[in-house]
Amino acid sequence: MSSSWWSEVQMGPPDPILGVSEAYKRDTNPKKINLGVGAYRDDQGKPYVLSCVRKAEAQIAAKKLDKEYLAIGGLGDFTKACAKLALGDDNEVIKSGRNITVQTISGTGSLRIGANFLSRFHTEARDVYLPKPSWGNHTPIFRDAGMQLKAYTYYDPKTCGFDFQGALNDISKIPEKSVIMLHACAHNPTGVDPRPEQWKEIADLVKKRNLLVFFDMAYQGFASGDIDRDAWAVRYFIEQGHNIVLSQSFAKNMGLYGERVGGFTVVCKDAEEAKRVESQLKILIRPIYSNPPMNGARIAATILNTPDLYKEWLGEVHGMANRIITMRELLVANLKKEGSTRNWKHVIDQIGMFCFTGLKPEQVERLTKEFSIYMTKDGRISMAGVTSGNVGYLAQGIHAVTK
Amino acid sequence: MYLLLLFVSPPPICCSSWWGGVQMGPPDPILGVSEAFKRDTSPKKMNLGVGAYRDDHGKPFVLDCVRKAEALISSKQLDKEYLAIGGLGDFTKSCALLALGADSEVLKSGRNITVQTISGTGSLCIGANFLSRFHSASRDVYLPKPSWGNHTPIFRDAGMQLKAYRYYDPSTCGFDFNGALDDISKMPEKSVIMLHACAHNPTGVDPKPEQWKEIADLVKKRDLLVFFDMAYQGFASGDIDRDAWAVRHFIEQGHNIVLSQSFAKNMGLYGERVGGFTVVCNDAEEVKRVESQLKILIRPIYSNPPMNGARIAATILNTPDLYKIWLGEVHGMANRIIKMREQLAANLKSEGSTHNWQHVIDQIGMFCFTGLKPEQVERLTKEFSVYMTKDGRISMAGVTSGNVGYLAHGIHAVTK
Repeated sequence: MSSSWWSEVQMGPPDPILGVSEAYKRDTNPKKINLGVGAYRDDQGKPYVLSCVRKAEAQIAAKKLDKEYLAIGGLGDFTKACAKLALGDDNEVIKSGRNITVQTISGTGSLRIGANFLSRFHTEARDVYLPKPSWGNHTPIFRDAGMQLKAYTYYDPKTCGFDFQGALNDISKIPEKSVIMLHACAHNPTGVDPRPEQWKEIADLVKKRNLLVFFDMAYQGFASGDIDRDAWAVRYFIEQGHNIVLSQSFAKNMGLYGERVGGFTVVCKDAEEAKRVESQLKILIRPIYSNPPMNGARIAATILNTPDLYKEWLGEVHGMANRIITMRELLVANLKKEGSTRNWKHVIDQIGMFCFTGLKPEQVERLTKEFSIYMTKDGRISMAGVTSGNVGYLAQGIHAVTK
Repeated sequence: MYLLLLFVSPPPICCSSWWGGVQMGPPDPILGVSEAFKRDTSPKKMNLGVGAYRDDHGKPFVLDCVRKAEALISSKQLDKEYLAIGGLGDFTKSCALLALGADSEVLKSGRNITVQTISGTGSLCIGANFLSRFHSASRDVYLPKPSWGNHTPIFRDAGMQLKAYRYYDPSTCGFDFNGALDDISKMPEKSVIMLHACAHNPTGVDPKPEQWKEIADLVKKRDLLVFFDMAYQGFASGDIDRDAWAVRHFIEQGHNIVLSQSFAKNMGLYGERVGGFTVVCNDAEEVKRVESQLKILIRPIYSNPPMNGARIAATILNTPDLYKIWLGEVHGMANRIIKMREQLAANLKSEGSTHNWQHVIDQIGMFCFTGLKPEQVERLTKEFSVYMTKDGRISMAGVTSGNVGYLAHGIHAVTK
């Protein structure tokens, strides 16, 4: 028998984010709370399948469609609507046909296609600048694609807010043509977003520095509850002449998580360039997975293209965002009630799924060990895991480890 | 007469184009055939390009067991939470069981790790990347000559080097057994050898069992890492155990293989993207190490795989009634293909062709390597609107009792 092929393969570390859920599952404490993964929960702590999704599924099932391969770039009805959602209905980019939008395997798949595309065709620079901190998976995505990771100041731990001056300072030093990653809304993991006037200055500076902008928009609609408001930064940059690349995910805002629905867009100079870029995207995608999964894209396309369902969806996204905002307010109120004298305003100021509590690793560890409250080591909590039923216990625990 | 003064908004002040240097890429050779077919207006046109099964009316076929499984799943009103990075457990277990067989020692020992993948391509890509990262003993992957076109960019983009071993014999339209053995005997130790488990794509030419035995022996002597691509289990002979025979024989002989499986064809799940990637390890401890690294590799590609198709496949594989229906439907699809092969050969005879078309019947699976030359293929397309890939490969699935006569007519016309 051949000596083992894999004897040198080391045990790898568990995924920091998904590892939290695994530890939570093993805990037997009835009061345990999982504030790890960013998946929305209703006020009973249960996964939530949107009503518009169920209706769309029923419509699709009734049509008894076949299961033939999609095109390499995905379902046309989906990609068109996906671009419209991000850019706006009457956007000049779409009218000119100067975007290419392909269907991807949710946000991760989109980022990876983008990273690979940059690696292959953006030869002027290998450097991708991520905000500090950024979503943990950004790093291996770009690294495995052959890019070099760098960072710009973003989060200010003193204020638990945006370090605007620090960001501008770092961005002003980024070498020309480098890639800069911007979170379009609901920054992950901090929940800290620039204000519109700050975005304007950033857009100006990025143009001066001649940087290639990569927007990651995983939470459109989920941040403020308004899909146009959440896309404002993306649209502003495009109006200012930035030919961006953009990743979109429908995991959170449509609750399509495991169906893996996303899009990757390259804003090109013109329609002719879009055709060249499209051909190369297809060549890149074909040896990774040939063509994308159909089910989720059909659901998303049905919702986006059916006025009644679209309206219903907007309402449900608004509802999810509102529950999160309510939980933020409840958490702060409860912390006050517990007697905490710390400033918890950032819990309300931050936006989206996550809250960067400001808790230190030792405090996080105590929260987990003594209270069975699970979160990532950086003190990030998923507000989606907070309910009116457990917010009191959460406040109790946080106060206990911070007083 | 009024002069209409149109206010032309100035073009956006773009940063100079980022993608000025991006060239137009060539169209995919296989998918490009379908695009050309779509543009053709001839009522007699035939698409023998892509390997997607068609019924005898030329229509896509969604399996009855699939529809039943979907109804079952829908009634459960399941949520859409993320699957694990390695996919749906009910799927991966039954996927491995299907390939390896119920009495597999590998399964009993727990010495396989099987992850859900994005159909066959996704499985091969994960495998190629895993080899690239962890099989440091060699960069070389040996593909049979010819092989599926997409194998090459899959391994190349993963950082491996492509090489080839003789496989197809154009003079017989069959297997070049001695040529293959000769080339395999010269492969450097620890190289990776790609083997098509059954229904070789694009030729339809499979080794006979006694030939597989000699290949397995030689591969062991050369100490090669075997990568099996099984995209057509059940679809080749109509019998899922028979089609998995080579995979199981190699494992019994002690080869710790890596294996890609697809459910695109045998379950008709094409666009749902259902597949599996398996590494047969030394023992259960090694499995844990390999599994951890597969997850680290997968997470920055797509995080976790799509749920819908895996749920369908798992339901079918794990529900005895549905499993039985499925076996019958796979058998039916394979039989229709075999019948079309027989009819094509018979029609070519009645057209008066004096060529030897035995290979059309001897070859197995979705594809037939006709032996047609590029110029003949071009004539078939231009004069008869019959579409196939330039290498003379036709998808038998695109042949029906309604068009087999026309196909024979065209093939005879360009080969007489």
